[in-house]
Amino acid sequence: MTIAIYAAAILLLAVSFVKDRSKTRIALKKAWKAFENILPQFLGVLVLAGIVIAALDPATISRIIGGESGWLGTLGAALVGAITLVPGFIAFPIAALLLQNGAGYMQIAAFVSTLMMVGVVTFPVERSYFGTATALRRNGIAFVFSFLVAAVIAWVHTI
Amino acid sequence: MKPAMKTLLRRYRFAALTLLVLGGLFLVDVALARQAVSVTAFSLREMLLVVPPIFILLGLLDVWVPREIMVRFMGEKSGAKGIVLAFTCGAAAAGPLYGAFPVAAVLLKKGVSIRNIFILIGAWSTTKIPMLLFEMEYLGPRFALTRLLLNIPGIIIIAWILNRSLSPAHREDLLHRAGELAGK
Repeated sequence: MTIAIYAAAILLLAVSFVKDRSKTRIALKKAWKAFENILPQFLGVLVLAGIVIAALDPATISRIIGGESGWLGTLGAALVGAITLVPGFIAFPIAALLLQNGAGYMQIAAFVSTLMMVGVVTFPVERSYFGTATALRRNGIAFVFSFLVAAVIAWVHTI
Repeated sequence: MKPAMKTLLRRYRFAALTLLVLGGLFLVDVALARQAVSVTAFSLREMLLVVPPIFILLGLLDVWVPREIMVRFMGEKSGAKGIVLAFTCGAAAAGPLYGAFPVAAVLLKKGVSIRNIFILIGAWSTTKIPMLLFEMEYLGPRFALTRLLLNIPGIIIIAWILNRSLSPAHREDLLHRAGELAGK
């Protein structure tokens, strides 16, 4: 996937360069400016995420979510999901493992849903783009929505 | 202190603060701190690998695609077509959610409606197609497809709520920020 994006970027850059050099130079300047504008937030978020992920290893996560059941466990799962920032290809195997070790579908669904939709760690980046109020609202609604998702997925697995 | 230096410090204060916390962690728990450093290094490498072509594509889009086209496809009056297009763009995207925000900024600047921006953000966050396949494999099709079926209306409703709840002043602020951050 990364290779495809690189290929597209290089190809389009070449086409752009052939068609109009000065426009291409402006495009690159804009690209750099946009990157540089958000770089401080990106760096902070990466360090913060590093600390959080190190603290919340799979063992800790399963202690919070695993075995436990009911809404309290679901709330814990949703909170862990909201705080952590792990890519899906790491999160899904962890979630599958937790399921095998006795976590319920409701907890796992809440965890997966908030993991993807809610970003506590990435909040500083989101805030710079949307403003505090809107970023808070988006994350808040997504957090509540995840409980609906959790309830329905739990129900679907009983039928 | 020179003003430029001051701005630099102000801009990087959050990053500096996190580094300070990381430094403090070394005093408390060296193993944990080492782990945090290695995770940070890993995601830093990922970011430096994934992010540059996205910004180059955004720069090219900004320069070459006329505003009218974006307005026609995903602007205020684009209707169902705009919703489907915004959803597809988000679902087909690659990379972590923080990569979606710069894309949103450029598209906002180009006249894409705020509702459609939030649909793109929603789809990017949770209904990415490559991730769906992965989710089906690990958690089962019943789990993954139920989530997808809930997320499609959920994302549209959340986008609608977010759009409706913006006051004119917030709307203005959002567009202003997009213009600033996308590099005018």
